[in-house]
This record gives sequence, structure tokens and C-alpha cells, in this order.
Amino acid sequence: MAAGVATWLPFARAAAVGWLPLAKKTMPKPPVDNSSRSDEILYVNVSGVRFQTWKNTLDRYPDTLLGSSEKEFFYNEDTQEYFFDRDPEMFRHILNFYRTGKLHYPRHECIQAFDEELAFYGIVPEIIGDCCMEEYRDRKKENQERLAEDTEANEAMDAPLPPHSTPRERLWRAFENPHTSTMALVFYYVTGFFIAVSVIANVVETVPCRPPEGKVKDLPCGEKYQLAFFCMDTACVLIFTFEYLMRLFAAPSRCKFMRSVMSVIDVVAIMPYYIGLVMPENEDVSGAFVTLRVFRVFRIFKFSRHSQGLRILGYTLKSCASELGFLLFSLTMAIIIFATVMFYAEKGTKGSTFTSIPASFWYTIVTMTTLGYGDMVPNTIAGKIFGSICSLSGVLVIALPVPVIVSNFSRIYHQNQRADKMRAQQKVRLARIRMAKKGTTNAFLQYKEDQQLGDRDSDSTALCVKNRSAFEHQHHHLLHCLEKTTNHEFTDELTYSELCMTESVGFRTSRSTSLSSQQGAQNNSTGCCPRRARRRAAMRLANSTVSVSRGSVQELDTLQVKTTSIPPQNRSSLNAQPRDLKLNCGDQDFTAAIISIPTPPANTPDDSPPPSPAPGILRNTRATAFTHETVKISSL
Amino acid sequence: MTGCAKRCKQGIIKFAVTLHKLVTGTLIKDKADDDLEMTMVCHRPEGLDQLEALTNFNKRELQVLYRGFKNECPSGVVNEDTFKQIYSQFFPHGDASTYAHYLFNAFDTGSTGSIKFEDFVTALSILLRGSVTEKLQWTFNLYDINRDGHINKEEMTDIVRAIYDMMGKYTYPVLKTDAPKQHVDAFFQKMDKNRDGVVTLDEFIFSCQEDENIMRSLQLFENVI
Repeated sequence: MAAGVATWLPFARAAAVGWLPLAKKTMPKPPVDNSSRSDEILYVNVSGVRFQTWKNTLDRYPDTLLGSSEKEFFYNEDTQEYFFDRDPEMFRHILNFYRTGKLHYPRHECIQAFDEELAFYGIVPEIIGDCCMEEYRDRKKENQERLAEDTEANEAMDAPLPPHSTPRERLWRAFENPHTSTMALVFYYVTGFFIAVSVIANVVETVPCRPPEGKVKDLPCGEKYQLAFFCMDTACVLIFTFEYLMRLFAAPSRCKFMRSVMSVIDVVAIMPYYIGLVMPENEDVSGAFVTLRVFRVFRIFKFSRHSQGLRILGYTLKSCASELGFLLFSLTMAIIIFATVMFYAEKGTKGSTFTSIPASFWYTIVTMTTLGYGDMVPNTIAGKIFGSICSLSGVLVIALPVPVIVSNFSRIYHQNQRADKMRAQQKVRLARIRMAKKGTTNAFLQYKEDQQLGDRDSDSTALCVKNRSAFEHQHHHLLHCLEKTTNHEFTDELTYSELCMTESVGFRTSRSTSLSSQQGAQNNSTGCCPRRARRRAAMRLANSTVSVSRGSVQELDTLQVKTTSIPPQNRSSLNAQPRDLKLNCGDQDFTAAIISIPTPPANTPDDSPPPSPAPGILRNTRATAFTHETVKISSL
Repeated sequence: MTGCAKRCKQGIIKFAVTLHKLVTGTLIKDKADDDLEMTMVCHRPEGLDQLEALTNFNKRELQVLYRGFKNECPSGVVNEDTFKQIYSQFFPHGDASTYAHYLFNAFDTGSTGSIKFEDFVTALSILLRGSVTEKLQWTFNLYDINRDGHINKEEMTDIVRAIYDMMGKYTYPVLKTDAPKQHVDAFFQKMDKNRDGVVTLDEFIFSCQEDENIMRSLQLFENVI
């Protein structure tokens, strides 16, 4: 029910007196209203801006934060007000919703910020008033498209190669993103060069050169240096054919590739040459062959792979198809009308060039596009009048759809610019993340060193401790707890990669992708509930190889474990108690936990909680002899 | 034929006007836009003190009532459509518009076509804080649709049917078509003492005072504010 209806409830109940004499049965007892009837003013403090409102106003919508008892969580006893640490500007709109029953969307605000505020206050966006609904929807859709684009761009472009890519996949990737490898770049520029050469050769071929000895007429260069041009053409076509065949081979879906526009252009570019080779030097057929040569100019379209602007133009034209269609249609209509009129106007004149209506088409087109060649000119007065009307209307008709096309082009162009900017930004961001990660790892390692030193010597620790904030202390303590839980230790990237080099080929670990380790690691370091996080972390660890996630977009430490091993123990030793497992802290050589496999791996993660955090499957020894056999981390 | 000629003439005139517009280049707004209703009825009630004297509410209650009223009707008056809309929202199952219409007439004592805050508050005062006689009198006025001082069977049937309409279709037990009529007969049986086919105010008050149920239920809605 609408908000305001609540205020009319007393009236509706009072009006029920009218039913009483008619009542067949006795009326039920009225509800006892225990809550204080008096309408009090509530104070709401949003980041320092104090709002005051009647309690009734807020009670109108009991399924929102402010209308329900949820707001009691934010009640500040000392100041007798409700304090929210949110944006006061947005709160204005939220409160207005309670007052007027209509939610408005402020146009100057970011749509995501607004959505977040609504989510916080428990208001569904669907109730935005009609006045602002359209704007809200448009902005929301735009934002979602943008997000989709960004994630697409993230995944597509500079994603690192999956570890096991076939040469074919690598080749395809090299073709699609030339800047990934030097070879691809070289190939890219070579093909570009040859396209240019081919096009220029086509053009220069027709330029008249000085005639050879004994001839008078100017010959086009193509015929004078026929052999040279033929050789150049052959070379270009060879390169293009080779490129096309390579692409065809590398394409993940050959049918789709063959249907794509670029591939068609490639084929059309090289076909004339081969047809020319095959065709005999016949006079009749060579006329048709000459026409085919025209297709060679399509090679210039191959540049669209190299130029983004060309692609944008093509895409714009495609997306403006309806406007172009409209333009064409209206022009055709106008042409026919004016051509007819001009023809009949000029019919009587002697020697008139307007011989037929189709002949007048030419005049109309030339006039409407304001070209005015002057090869056809009206002589009668009526013809001149209609001719002037024709040129005026031509300007109008052509000018109308053009802004639409222009705006489309601009939008698409900016989208592309944004994609490029995002890519550049992404690189910077990744670099920053990597640096931050290294920093935290180092800080943590430092903390642990200090701990060990502190065990021996309490004075020096005091110095180091001072330099770290309370948050860091607690964070490091948490990470330490995690290490104890899983009986593994954190290391830095270098040490780990060194150890990775020494791993043997007998790698029974599953080369899980960085994704699962990301997930695992994510849970490791961020757990609101430490015990559960430990258990989860342990179980995740069990099922994935710990791999260094290079280039991942994680903000926190990934669990990096060096895996050294000892020869597999028998089962009895697996049940060693946790206290037997000691991290050999004195050893600077962070020997990490040893993982042995119970065969078969019966200890897959099940839901029953393990009795102790590390029931002994992970053992740690002060092993000095490292056998280079890395084994699968089994579950706890 | 004349109609066709007339339409042709109208068409030609319209075309000439359009051409004139084109030539003069000014865009003349349509005449219809000027008929915007410039008269926004804005009514202010009498002062708080007067209202307090007129009704049985105290100042605070009047304040609460007025704030709610003004919030919903910033212009200060409620017209019948709004009234019907509001009332219908309380009874979404059935059709409350007929009963709302009768209610509206009962509230609108001056038959002005709109309810001002004073009317609203006066009626509420009677219904919630009035004496038994006043309440019964108000109810009688509600039933007496044509304000002739008698309730006859037709009026009563209309009222009862309007009330049954509010129930809607899905009732238990299923609503029979003659249920209103039966109800009205029972009512008249009880109220019409001298069996003259109409119920006067005195008959009505007398009969109601005899009925304990009615008397008791009249106290039901006193704590509404």
C-alpha cells in the first residue's frame, strides 16, 4: 500500500461506524496499540549532516532499513541520534522518498554509487518514480555495458597464455594480437609493407612512362616494365597467400574464419592473380581478365587489420544501417519526383538534354548533392524554378540523417578509445599490485624473523615492533596462525621459483590453473571466521597445487609453498600430533612442510571437521637432504 | 454533399493557416495549451484554536491529522475521485467505490463536491469522540442517501449492496445474489417499528439503543487517533 494511505487509516476505521447498525455478528475486539502514540521527531546524523524527521514518516516503509528495527543498530546513545557513515547528499534523496513516496534519481550522481546507497538502505530501485525511471534505466544499462566491455577486455587482450597451448593456438594468438611476441610484430609489419607495395604498384602501373625507342605513343609503365611489375605482384601474392593459409590453419573454427569479412577480402585480393595465371592469353577472355584486375584494389582493405580507425568506420556504417537506408530511400524518392518534373518541364525545349526521365536522374542527383557539373542545364523558366527547389531540398534531405551517423561514429570511437585507455591503466595497476604484494610478503617475513629473534633476544624486537601499526601486527599474527594451521610457510616469489626449477619431472600434481589457487589463497588470508578459514584453507590446499599466480589480480598474498619432500612415510607416522611438527625456525632455510601421499588419496575433503588442525599428514622435518620429488598435497 | 464541401473548406483553411505559419516562421502554440488550469484550489483551514473548539480533539491530535491530510492533499481539499482511490486501497479485494461515494456525501455536509479539512475533522470528531446519539445520527445521515429524513428500502438496499461489493468475489460462504436483500429485510424487521416501510431517525436511534451489540461496538473505534 502506498505510504500516504497509512495516514488515512484512522479515517477508514472511523468510517466503519457506518457498518455497525447493519452488522449481523458482533464486531471483533480492536487491536491494542502498545506503542507510544505520540509522534516524535527522530534525529538522523549522516556524516555530520543532521536530518530530522517524524517517526511516522520513517515507519511508512517497514521493509527498509530506516523503517524497521534495523536502524536501532545505528543508534548512538550518547547523542540520542541515529548515525550513518554514508553520503549525506544521497541521503537527502532517500529521505525524500519517505516523505513523498516517490524516489527520484539525481542526474549528476554516479549510478553505481546511487545503487549502493539504495542497497544499503534496503530500498528496491524499481520504485523510482516515472519521472526519473527512464534516465535511471539508461544510465544503468550504459554502466552494465561498460562493465561487460571491461571484463571482456580484461580477459581477451593481454591475458597470459594458458600453460598448455598448442602451437596452433599460439599462432592464432600471434595473429590476433601482434604485440604479444616479436615474431608476430615483425610479421605484422611485413604484411603491412607488402600491402602498401602492392597497392602502390597497382597505381603506378597505369602512369604513362616515356615510350621505348622507336615508338611515339606514351605507354603506361605497366606495359613497359612488365616483367618487373609481374615479379613484384608475384611476391606480394605469395606473401598474402602464405598469410592466408597460416591464418586458416591457426583459426580455432575454420568455417567461421572462412566466413569472416577479413578472410573474404583476403581471398578477393589474391584471386585475380591466380585466375590470371590460369587463363590463357586469349583476346576475348583478357577483356574480362582486365576487369578482374580491378579487384586487386581490394588489397587496400587488408589495411583494416592494421588500422583501428578503418575498423571503426566500417563498424559505424554497419550500425547506422537504418539511417543510411532512410537516407537512400528518401533520396530516391526525391530524385524520382524531381526528375519527372524536370523532364516534363523541359520537354518542349529544342535540343534539350533532358531526353528521358532516367536521363534526368543524373541532373537531379548532381543538383541535389550541390555538385552542379553543368552538363545538363534547364532552359525554361519552369525548369529553372523547379531546379532551384530541387537543389534546396537536396541540402535538407542529405543533412538530416548525417548527424545521427556522426553521433554513432563518435560514440563507437570513444568506446574504442576507452578500451585502449583501460588497457594502459591495467598495466600500471598490475605493476602496482605486484609491488604491494611483494611489500606485504617482505613485511611478513620480517615479522617472523623478528619473532624468532625475539625468542632469543627481547631488546631488538622492541625496535622493530614499533615500526609497525596495530593493524599490521594483527594481520601478521593472523598469517602466522594460518601457517601454523596448515603447517606451511609463506615465502617470496624468488625463493619459490628457485625451488620450482628443481622440481622433478615426476610431477604428480595436477597443474591446476591459477584460478583455483587464487580461490584457495583468497580464502586463506581473508577469513572473518579464522577457524573456518583455516579448515577451508587446508582443504583447498589439499586439492590444488600451490602455484605462484603470476599476473593475477589478487590484492593479498597468495599462499606460496615450497615443496620439498622426504621419502614417503608409512601410515603410522602420519598420525603424528601437531606438537611434533615444529617449524624449524632457527633454520634460515625455511624448510616447509613435507607432504606425503596416503595412497589412495582417501582423505579427500569431507565435511567432517578434522580433530585437530593438522592431523599429522603434513609433517615437517629438519630434512637436510632434499629429494626432489614433489608430491601432491593431500587433505587434512 | 454539404458536409463534404464543409470539410473541404475546413481543410483548405487549415492548409492556408499552415502555409501562413510556414511563411511567418513563428511557431504559434496550440490554443489548447492556454487552457491550463490556472486555478489551483488551495484551501486553508481555520485556525487550530477554532478547530479545537469545534471538535473533540486536542491540539496535538489535530496537528497529527492535519499533517497527514496536507501531505496527501497539498491543495487542502479532497475531491471524490481521490476519496474513492484512497478508500479503495483499504479494500483491494472488492469494489469500494460505491460505498466511498456514499461516505463522501456523508462527509461533504455542505454538498460542495470536495471535502475540506474542517469537514474531515468534524466528521472524525463525531465518529470517534462523539456521543452515542451523535454517532447514530451520523450513521443515519449516511444511510439516508437523498437526505429526506427517511430511510426507505431502496436506499438501504443500495447501501448494503455497496458494503457487500467491498467484500469482493471470493468469500466464504459464497455470496448469494439475494444476500443484500435478505440483509435489508432483517434490518427493516428490526428497525421499522411502525411498519410503514421507512425508518425515521427516532426509530433508528431507539432501535439501536435497544441492541446491546451495537451499543458495545460503538465504543470500538475510539482509540484510532
